[in-house]
Amino acid sequence: MKQITVLSGKGGTGKTTITASFAVLAKNAIIADCDVDAPDLHMLLHPQIMETNKFKGSELAVIDEAKCTKCGLCREKCRFDAITENFQVAPLACEGCGVCTIVCPASAVTLTERISGHAYISKTKYGLMAHAMLSPGESNSGKLVTLVRQNAKILAEKENADFIIIDGSPGIGCPVIASVTGVDVGLAVTEPTMSGIHDLERALQLLKHFNVPPIVCINMYDINGDNTEEIIRFCEKSGVQVAGKIPFNPIVTEAMVEGKPVQEYALGSDVAQEIGAVWKSILSVLGI
Amino acid sequence: MIVSIASGKGGTGKTTVAVNLALALSHVQLLDCDVEEPNVHLLLKPEVNQVKPVCVSIPRINEELCNHCGKCAEFCEYNALFVSAEKVLVFPELCHNCGGCAIICPNHAIVEEKHQIGRIKMGIAGKAELVYGELEVGEPMSVPIIREVKKQIDRSKNVILDSPPGTSCPVIETVRGSDFCLLVTEPTPFGLHDLKIAVHVLKNMKIPFGVVINRAGVGDKKVYEYCKEEHTPILLEIPFQRRIAELYSRGIPFSQEMPEWKEKFQTLFNQIERQDTK
Repeated sequence: MKQITVLSGKGGTGKTTITASFAVLAKNAIIADCDVDAPDLHMLLHPQIMETNKFKGSELAVIDEAKCTKCGLCREKCRFDAITENFQVAPLACEGCGVCTIVCPASAVTLTERISGHAYISKTKYGLMAHAMLSPGESNSGKLVTLVRQNAKILAEKENADFIIIDGSPGIGCPVIASVTGVDVGLAVTEPTMSGIHDLERALQLLKHFNVPPIVCINMYDINGDNTEEIIRFCEKSGVQVAGKIPFNPIVTEAMVEGKPVQEYALGSDVAQEIGAVWKSILSVLGI
Repeated sequence: MIVSIASGKGGTGKTTVAVNLALALSHVQLLDCDVEEPNVHLLLKPEVNQVKPVCVSIPRINEELCNHCGKCAEFCEYNALFVSAEKVLVFPELCHNCGGCAIICPNHAIVEEKHQIGRIKMGIAGKAELVYGELEVGEPMSVPIIREVKKQIDRSKNVILDSPPGTSCPVIETVRGSDFCLLVTEPTPFGLHDLKIAVHVLKNMKIPFGVVINRAGVGDKKVYEYCKEEHTPILLEIPFQRRIAELYSRGIPFSQEMPEWKEKFQTLFNQIERQDTK
């Protein structure tokens, strides 16, 4: 079983569009949406939820007003500015570390369980899917990503799946690290803009840091030919394969509005064909 | 006043809006809080005159004092410490730097030491003062760098904060304390879906907000319907135009080449000021 993560560094380069098409192309795959704070893949794959699990990320400090002497030690020691001036806990700032519970001389603070989101196991017409939704504003997205990947792995083993296809989130921080560690190939999707190039470089450094074999695809390559050339030169110099150049085509947005993967909505389009070629390159990188 | 620019979905045009808004104002400070993938400096090309490392405190164990009681590992909510009979292992990438292990250790065997996770850079671009952060590749935690960027806020200026995408902790850290938040979206199902999550966050935080629709003309009309139903003001629409996309791809803020837009961004800021005083 091979794991493939689609990442990008910069947001909005087309990760989800490409992942959804891979879900159509891969015949025996488990799909994992690891963009847990702004998941979009479900709008193209329409999962039917079979199982929902609560996600307990970190705990939350609670101050017992009856016991609190307002001495201020908790405020002083909290490094997350999570205790307000009138000794309330600000839930969005609290990281559940528990320092307040050990410094409070009146034992007025305890940690309580908090539900930071939900993880789902679902059925789609393209295969089983593991996904999640972090409650808006919560932390611990990396932990939830790890849970989604564990769920996907259990499904893959049960179904004897050939692939796990993972849709990552933008950036290079904790949820992205949790999405790429230990996978067999990382597809970095970029666009020929100055920001796209800069962010691609950092995404490739991240893959290298975690020893994940990289492969690149340039989306909307025809919006700036010079920058596309620059990306190709940069990849050649770095020894990274450019697996495909996907043209700009409004059909991608049309397919999104219709709630369908491009590969299904417009199979004959240049976009669908090029995504097909990228998928083939990935298979050959994986030795399949 | 402090205006943050956020979005939910990535790639909707936060940086474009932040940069063009900054260029339309005088006495302005622009802070790029997307420290995982900072892009503002690519468009503004500042002269950087100061670089400051950003460090967090991670535990270091004095093995001579440690009796391997395991209280630190038991306390740590993030599993950043592992205590065996012979040794204590520290995993810096899991540590949230809360300092609790040093407090709980009965033998005072834990001291904290600095661990660099990135840097902030400060500079000038034309009339604008620019601050941006850079997370070291491979480091998971961006929030301490965002905090450091925000420490540079000069309240006497018009402050613009460019947020990272998403709706989790780095976004909360960025928009916290803003007087107003501009949510940049695109009129597509993904844009709308992620906009709704971002709206939820801002309502929770009681931060007033308005919407900027970028790439207007693509997709569908559902974002407009949503904003109408929710009484959320649409403060600016930027059409989907090849010229705007091309300028962005070359790293040029479009209002520099299309001067009529400078005025539109000034109007946007005036509208925000009016919303804020409401």
